[in-house]
Amino acid sequence: MTHLQRLEAEAIHIMREVVAEAENPVMLYSVGKDSSVMLHIAMKAFYPAKPPFPIMHIDTMWKFSEMIEFRNNIAEEMGLELIVHINPEGEKMGMNPFVHGSSMHTDVMKTQGLKQALDKYGFDVAFGGARRDEEKSRAKERVFSFRNESHQWDPKRQRPELWNVYNSKKNKGESIRVFPLSNWTELDIWQYIHLENIPIVPLYLAAERPVVERDGVLILVDDDRIPLNDGEKPLMKTVRFRTLGCYPLTGAVESEANTLPEIIQEMLLTTTSERQGRVIDFDSSASMEKKKQEGYF
Amino acid sequence: MAHVSDLIASDIESYLALHEQKELLRFITCGSVDDGKSTLIGRMLYESHMLFDDHLAALKVDSKKVGTQDGDIDFALLVDGLAAEREQGITIDVAYRFFSTDKRKYIVADTPGHEEYTRNMATGASTADVAIILIDATQGVLTQTRRHSFIVSMVGVKRIVLAINKLDLVDYSQSIFEKIVADYQEFADNALTLDEITAIPISALKGDNIVDSSPNTPWYDGLSVIEYLESVPVSSTSQSRSFRMPVQWVNRPNREFRGFTGMIASGMIEKGQNVRVLPSGRESKIKGIITQDGDLDLAGAGRSITLTLDDEIDISRGDIISASSNPCSLGDQFQSHILWMDDSSMTPGREYLFKANTQTTSMTLGRLKYKIDVNTLEHTPATVLEMNEIGVCNISLARRIAFDPYKDDPVMGGFIIIDRISNNTVGMGFIDFALRRSDNIHWQSMDTTKESRAKQKGQRPRLVWFTGLSGSGKSSIANILEKKLQSMGRHTITLDGDNIRHGLNRDLGFTKADRVENIRRVGETSKLMVEAGLICISSFISPFSSEREMVRNIMDEGEFVEVFVDTPLEVCESRDVKGLYAKARAGELPNFTGISSPYEAPVNPEIRIDTTQTSAESAADLIIDYLSRS
Repeated sequence: MTHLQRLEAEAIHIMREVVAEAENPVMLYSVGKDSSVMLHIAMKAFYPAKPPFPIMHIDTMWKFSEMIEFRNNIAEEMGLELIVHINPEGEKMGMNPFVHGSSMHTDVMKTQGLKQALDKYGFDVAFGGARRDEEKSRAKERVFSFRNESHQWDPKRQRPELWNVYNSKKNKGESIRVFPLSNWTELDIWQYIHLENIPIVPLYLAAERPVVERDGVLILVDDDRIPLNDGEKPLMKTVRFRTLGCYPLTGAVESEANTLPEIIQEMLLTTTSERQGRVIDFDSSASMEKKKQEGYF
Repeated sequence: MAHVSDLIASDIESYLALHEQKELLRFITCGSVDDGKSTLIGRMLYESHMLFDDHLAALKVDSKKVGTQDGDIDFALLVDGLAAEREQGITIDVAYRFFSTDKRKYIVADTPGHEEYTRNMATGASTADVAIILIDATQGVLTQTRRHSFIVSMVGVKRIVLAINKLDLVDYSQSIFEKIVADYQEFADNALTLDEITAIPISALKGDNIVDSSPNTPWYDGLSVIEYLESVPVSSTSQSRSFRMPVQWVNRPNREFRGFTGMIASGMIEKGQNVRVLPSGRESKIKGIITQDGDLDLAGAGRSITLTLDDEIDISRGDIISASSNPCSLGDQFQSHILWMDDSSMTPGREYLFKANTQTTSMTLGRLKYKIDVNTLEHTPATVLEMNEIGVCNISLARRIAFDPYKDDPVMGGFIIIDRISNNTVGMGFIDFALRRSDNIHWQSMDTTKESRAKQKGQRPRLVWFTGLSGSGKSSIANILEKKLQSMGRHTITLDGDNIRHGLNRDLGFTKADRVENIRRVGETSKLMVEAGLICISSFISPFSSEREMVRNIMDEGEFVEVFVDTPLEVCESRDVKGLYAKARAGELPNFTGISSPYEAPVNPEIRIDTTQTSAESAADLIIDYLSRS
């Protein structure tokens, strides 16, 4: 078996274990490339049945509009139940990353939004597309990762994970995040997308798009909520995105790569890791770990 | 390293076509705190160009701030993950790292070398194809080296790389290298079950023999670490074994389709192949191997598939679909190695959850036979296991499961132990063998059976089991009982200390372990006698209730008739027909039941005989009465 076949078989195995043992599982769907791979594998794992769980998107009201369009199409094409959750408190206060800043926006819309949704629907297990190669603290996270009542992660109290035998017994109030793509690298994800022809949001591919520059980062003018300076005109540039999130918090890179092989080529030749496009990681190298302890996915 | 091949820039499509064909190798690195393990992994990541500029920039900053290499890049910082650990300067958990070369992709389980984290090493080893054991050339083979090697070997890793590190600190000395290799080889020959040991002289810090052959070790003409990792066979043994697939989930999208999903644990499966489903023993034929990408004719170990069968047989999660030519065995009592992983100690007699592949059931851990000192590998007596301790004990499950011994098939013989209260994974276990094999399902139903043999003799086969203190009168009653049964035309056999201890069990003494084994053998022999259709009369002190229970459990329902010959110790001692009590009191007979070894009286025997009230003659009549009534 090739490495991709082994990784796929492992992910299928993990998903089936969850479905066999969980009471009320859900797949978190962020619309990004990792989510696309995860969903593609879920379709395989339960074929010819549909995946026996809904997919859920934690919307922040500030996702790229192309993401939302893509998300709705995919759910319809695949015939899946799609749950979209927006933190109503954030909605009420008119959460705006341009006004409230990135950390507050992320905390309220993503972290709190996710906790709310999991509690609201009573999901006991949530699949996520995180990978161990993304970031140092992820490298030690288990495939079945437990969260306490307040959805916090305690890196010191992780259960040993032996062979491919997973212990899914929960204590009262606990829920589980399950990461079927734990052992995939970014390159594996792209190669698999290429090999399997998996649809992805076109924003990953280079195209001429209107952008403005903010603090040295190119931000897409995705709608008219972005404040422009007096007389400022968006620049038309050939750009693409290495990672997708909230458009005001996600930097574009100038690139000509408009096919999958070109994207992979660019990724292999560039020497900046993908998360640098994400504003959230800039603070300190331990920031992701802190975020997770607070309940970020 | 050639990883960033020119193809990426010149012909990305060809590069992708090549890369998509790569194999996956999983390995674990083990070493003590200062052996340079993190440095080695950091070096491999660095050499395979898996570091991005921003990582490298952050690493340089960190190296100046907290590094231990005088401002040079401290590769160890790359792999020490969690904030708390980085401050302590030690890794305390299993971390997984990824890199690739032109030929393969690698997943590295990085595990700490601290004594208290034996469990993490076992965790990392459980998914590893190969183990790299680091040895500090200035230190040689240490206790920790032996411990790590023993653990990875126990968990089933068959290939070890002995990376003898820090060779730069000993002037790249060949003789030091060879001395360490010889020391290790001697230890491995005695204590480990490995297929292959490959020793490589390295300096992780300086990069010697990591990627290319180092000019500093002209006397070494073997492979570099990376060359080894690129060429070592990826575990293929699982393909050549018999087919096994634990059923994970039954796929029933509609009335027409009924598929059984799972990952193939071992062997190959073919369309049309005959399979046996365990534990039911029902047989069928493979109708289809279903995947979304099209039906397959053939699939091998490691694949996640969906099977459909020709017959509508009842199959659910936890069943095992196996080759009918060589199905796995069934059992509910096993001898197992156990590695304890929790703060709360292992408690024999307590009920835990047992989970092997997709089979979950409750389990009672028996008394420990011994524990293994991982430093000296000595067996020492123990009553409990603490965290990170390894021991051997019998386990007893609430139901029969399909299994293979761990050494034959890790998927079918490895299990986790879950605490019912805390829900934690508190241990890992390895099935050594089943304590009874009689219901090995592939002993096909034979034309002659216990029933047919019994019918021929016109009787119901039974095991009448006498238990009681020495001198309680077991043999006298057994004697009369057999005579009476024979005169009634019944076919009988008597097993007692005299005909067993001098023959079958003459190698056994009177230690607790030997007494347990004594009864196990007697139990198995009795079972054979009953299979033959006989009324078997077994008369043994059999002081431990767990062994008597064991015998009861291997017999069919109602076959086992426990007769408790209840004679007070004082009475037995006053009779003292063979003079044994006097000897025991004088200290000449160690482990004598009732004096220096306990007798656990049966709580619910089928028949209890109070010999102070009942004569041997009427006791035998009582038993015959019971046998004819039930």
